[in-house]
Amino acid sequence: MSYDVPHIAGEVFETTSEGASGYPMWEVFVRQRRGLSHVHSGSLHAPDAESALQAARDVYTRRQEGISIWVVPSSAISAFDPEAAADYYDASAKPYRHATHYQIPDEVGQM
Amino acid sequence: MTQPPSIDTAIDQEARFQAIVDGEEKIEPSDWMPDGYRKTLIRQIAQHAHSEVIGMQPEANWISRAPTLRRKAILMAKVQDEAGHGLYLYSAAETLGITRHEMVDLLHKGRHKYSSIFNYPTLSWADMGAIGWLVDGAAITNQVMLTRCSYGPYARAMVRICREESFHQRQGYEILLALCSGTSEQRAMAQDALDRWWWPSLMMFGPNDAESTHSAQSMAWKIKRVSNDDLRQQFVDMTVPQADFLGLTIPDPNLRWNPERDHYDFGEIAWDEFWSVVKGDGPLNRERLEHKVHAWEGNSWVREAAIAHDAKKRKGVAA
Repeated sequence: MSYDVPHIAGEVFETTSEGASGYPMWEVFVRQRRGLSHVHSGSLHAPDAESALQAARDVYTRRQEGISIWVVPSSAISAFDPEAAADYYDASAKPYRHATHYQIPDEVGQM
Repeated sequence: MTQPPSIDTAIDQEARFQAIVDGEEKIEPSDWMPDGYRKTLIRQIAQHAHSEVIGMQPEANWISRAPTLRRKAILMAKVQDEAGHGLYLYSAAETLGITRHEMVDLLHKGRHKYSSIFNYPTLSWADMGAIGWLVDGAAITNQVMLTRCSYGPYARAMVRICREESFHQRQGYEILLALCSGTSEQRAMAQDALDRWWWPSLMMFGPNDAESTHSAQSMAWKIKRVSNDDLRQQFVDMTVPQADFLGLTIPDPNLRWNPERDHYDFGEIAWDEFWSVVKGDGPLNRERLEHKVHAWEGNSWVREAAIAHDAKKRKGVAA
């Protein structure tokens, strides 16, 4: 819905709150069905892994979206610095890694 | 090799950001984004999340008095969905650098707002029908637009919410269909609910475009894709025939089909009422927040016990 509340003249919107703290955050991965990988579904807060699993079941699989759930502490996830990411995965200069780079005569057949 | 930041960097970043947005690609949490974009999104997503959570109250009010077991199970599933939607949205907002605890704390201190629609009371069972049909109908109109929002985590949360929400509107309309094919008292109950919820539902789309000071920037950033007035018109055009089918009368003497515009014309919204509810003087602003804070504080011992239990288990493992 437009749950977006209109601005009141002179409104100051706050984005920090002193002393607000709570449960640690967990990342949730759900396997939709046998044969598929676990896929990231979202995150949630919970005091421990067991509660995180229970909460993940309630929040992310209310309509049989999955048959298996992993939860991982968000703090345990390491990621690329986005500024440096290009150095790691720019493989565009190596087209010879793709099968389509090679010319094989039609007479040879499917290869 | 990391170069020292040059004067051009900020301009380059801004240009690159706008190019991604203009190219209909998504902005992801680790991308550079303007401060205004980040703040606008935090504000909008936090308000959206708070609305889902506060929005459980008007409907929870009728769970114990639902007329049948089927209606009760449906209402419980719907209220549970709203809790889930609040959580998806808090998660999306957290990718922008605010914590859920901060958002909840600011809501409880009255420094964050939620949608004004939830400051109206649910006086009869027919209100469960009107909320599903009108309030969720207005919500879907807006949220379908937001699935195309430029910020990836918000757009993805919206896709999930829209998929789950499709039953919310249908179950509401079905409640009204049942009442409207019932006794004259039941039809009167349905009409009364429409009379009370119609205008607040139209107000959900926000001020007229001319008054909506922040809309232009949100449109340029593709946070918002359709203007308030266009969305409101879309909602009215969709809803009037549905009211006709129920045999109910929309409480607006100026409502009529305009063949030249190919849209319904409708009357002016009571903007004084709109602003007074936004500013905190609606029928239930105080009660809704009090109830929320009361529930949070009443459950604090559960949170403390859960943390203590986890600490105890860790100690056991370490020993």
